[in-house]
Amino acid sequence: MQIVDLLSDYTLRTVAAGAATLGLASGSLGSFAVLRRQSLLGDAISHAALPGIALAFLLTGSKAPLVLIIGAALSGWIGALIVMRVVGTTRVKEDAALGIVLSVFFGIGLVLLTSIQKRPDASQAGLDRFLFGQAATLLQRDVVLIASLGAAALLVAGLFWKEFKLLTFDRDFGASLGLAMRALDALLTSVLVIAIVIGLQTVGVVLMAAMVVAPAAAARQWTDRLGVMVLLAGLFGALAGATGAVVSSLGQRIPTGPTIVLCLTVVVLGSLALAPNRGMVWSWLRERRNRRLLHTAVVLEELHDLALRHPGQEHGHSMAVLEAGHAGAHHELEALESRGWARRSSDGLWSITVAGIAEAQRRRDPSDGDEKD
Amino acid sequence: MPPEPTFAIEVNDLTVAYRDKPVLWDIDLEVPAGNLLAIVGPNGAGKSTLIKAILGLVRPAAGQVVVHGRPYSEQRRLVAYVPQRGSVDWDFPTSVLDVVMMGSYRAIGWFRRPGKRERQRAFDALAQVGMQDYAERQISQLSGGQQQRVFLARALVQNATLYLMDEPFQGVDAKTERAIVGVLRELRAAGKTVVVVHHDLETVPEYFDWVFLLNVRRIAVGPVAEVFTDENLRVTYGGRMPLLQRQGGTVAPAPAQAEWDPAI
Repeated sequence: MQIVDLLSDYTLRTVAAGAATLGLASGSLGSFAVLRRQSLLGDAISHAALPGIALAFLLTGSKAPLVLIIGAALSGWIGALIVMRVVGTTRVKEDAALGIVLSVFFGIGLVLLTSIQKRPDASQAGLDRFLFGQAATLLQRDVVLIASLGAAALLVAGLFWKEFKLLTFDRDFGASLGLAMRALDALLTSVLVIAIVIGLQTVGVVLMAAMVVAPAAAARQWTDRLGVMVLLAGLFGALAGATGAVVSSLGQRIPTGPTIVLCLTVVVLGSLALAPNRGMVWSWLRERRNRRLLHTAVVLEELHDLALRHPGQEHGHSMAVLEAGHAGAHHELEALESRGWARRSSDGLWSITVAGIAEAQRRRDPSDGDEKD
Repeated sequence: MPPEPTFAIEVNDLTVAYRDKPVLWDIDLEVPAGNLLAIVGPNGAGKSTLIKAILGLVRPAAGQVVVHGRPYSEQRRLVAYVPQRGSVDWDFPTSVLDVVMMGSYRAIGWFRRPGKRERQRAFDALAQVGMQDYAERQISQLSGGQQQRVFLARALVQNATLYLMDEPFQGVDAKTERAIVGVLRELRAAGKTVVVVHHDLETVPEYFDWVFLLNVRRIAVGPVAEVFTDENLRVTYGGRMPLLQRQGGTVAPAPAQAEWDPAI
C-alpha cells in the first residue's frame, strides 16, 4: 500500500484516463484493420514510428508529446506506404514486405535512440519509454492530446462509416460505384496510424499492435454486426488499457505495454472460450450433446434389432450385450429409460418399450418428417 | 436507311497486360442495347479481366470504353457490377439486407446513412431474387447460391441500364440458376443490357441472345445463332475442346465436357 501512497490519486486517474482513451480509440479502429486482414500492418506501422520519434527529437530538440507524435505518425505512414508500394510494384509478397519494413524501420529507430542516449546532455532522458511504454509518465496534457486525436480519428470513422464498411467488405464493388476507394483507403490507413501513434508513449512500439488487434479479435467472437463489434472492441481496449496502465504504475518501473498485453490476453482467451456461438466452450458442449443424441439413437436401434430377433419385446438383454457393440452404452440406456423408450427389469436386464419400438420405427422410416426440399 | 444502332457498350482497342504478358489484346466489342450477352472462353482467356477493365478496376494499357454514347467515367451510375462471390469474405460481420443496401451507397451521398427508402428498395430487390426471408440473416450463414443472389440483389438496387456480371452461375444450385435466369429476362424485358461471364457452353443458346468468344483476342461476337458455331468454338478453345455435335440447329458440347469445363 506504500506504493499507492507514493502516487497521488491524481496521477493514477491521469494514467487510467489516458490508457482508457487510447484503448477505446485503437480498439475500435483496430476492428477495420482486423477485418481487412491488416493486423500485421498495424504492427509494421507502430515499429516504423520509432525512427520518427527519434528524428523528431533530433531535429527539434523538443520532447513535447505533439512533436514526437507528429514524427511518429509521419514515419509510421511512410512505413505503411512503402509496404503498399512494394506489394503493388514488385513480386515481393505482403508478409515479406511487412517484415522488411517493420525490422528495417525498427532497426533504424534503435540505432538513432542509442546514439541519442550517448549524448552528454541530459535532455534525452526518457525517450526509451517509447519501446515498452511507461504509463506512469503520462501527464494531463498527454491525456488531452490522446483524447483529442483519438476523438478526431473516431469522428472520421463515424463520418465515413458506410464507405469504410464497403471498402473493408468489397473494395471493387465500391470502386464500380464510383466511390474514391483509393482515397478512402488512404484515409482509413491515416486513421489507423493515428490510433497507433497516440498509444506509443503508454504502450510502446513493440506491443502497440496488440492494442489494435486483440480487442477487435475478441469483439468479433461476440457479435455478427460491425457496429457492435467496433463498440465492443473499444470497450475491451479501454478496459484492458486502464487496468494494465494502473497496475504498471503501482509498481516501480514496470513497463506498461506488457502489463496491458497480459490484460488483453485475459479478454481474448475469455472471449474465445465463452462467447456464444463462436466460443469454444459452447461448441464443445454442442458437440457433446450431438454426440450423445447420436449414440442414443444408435443404442435405441440396437435394442430394436434385438427385440426383433427375440420372441416378444419383453425379452431382456444384459448390459454386456449392448456394451459389446457400443462402449459406454449405460449412459444412453439411462437416457432412453428417462424418455420411456427402454426399461430395466428387476434382474438388471434391459428391454425396449412399446413407445421405444414406435420411436425406432419412426426414425427408420425416411418418408416421415425427413423430406428434402 | 435504318437508324444507327445504339450500343449499350463499345470497347475500342482495349489492351491489358500484367508484367509484359498481354491478358487482353486489342479487344473491340459493341453490344447493342437490350441484349443478354455471354462472354465465353477458356480459363485465362481474360473474361473477368475484360469486365474489370471496362469498370476501371484494372488499368488498361490502351483502349477506351464508351457506355451509351459517352465515356464510361461519365456514365458510372448507369452501370451495375456483380463481382464473383468468391471475391469477398463472407464471414464479414453484417446482414444480408446491409449488403444489398450497399448498392445504394453512392446514390445516398457522403455522410448519410441508408434510410427507409433504401431499406424498402433492398427488400424489393431481395424479393426479386427470392431471398426476402433472409433479409436479417448474417451473411456467413448463406449457401453459395444464396450469396450469389444477394450480390445480384445488390446490383438490382442500383437500377442501372447496363449490368456486368462475373460468373453468376458458377457453382450455384438449380434454384439459384432459375432465379438468375428469371432476373436476366426481366432485365431484358425492361430494355436493359446484361453482360455475363459464362462458363457453361451448354446453356449459352438457351439463356443468351448474343455471345462474345474471347481468348485473349476477340474471336467472334454477334447473335448466338450466327456466331456460336463449331468452328468459332474450336478456335476459341484451341486443342482443348472435344468435337461439338450439331443438334437441331444449335450447338451442344459433347458429353465428355467434364474434361475441359474449367468450372469443375
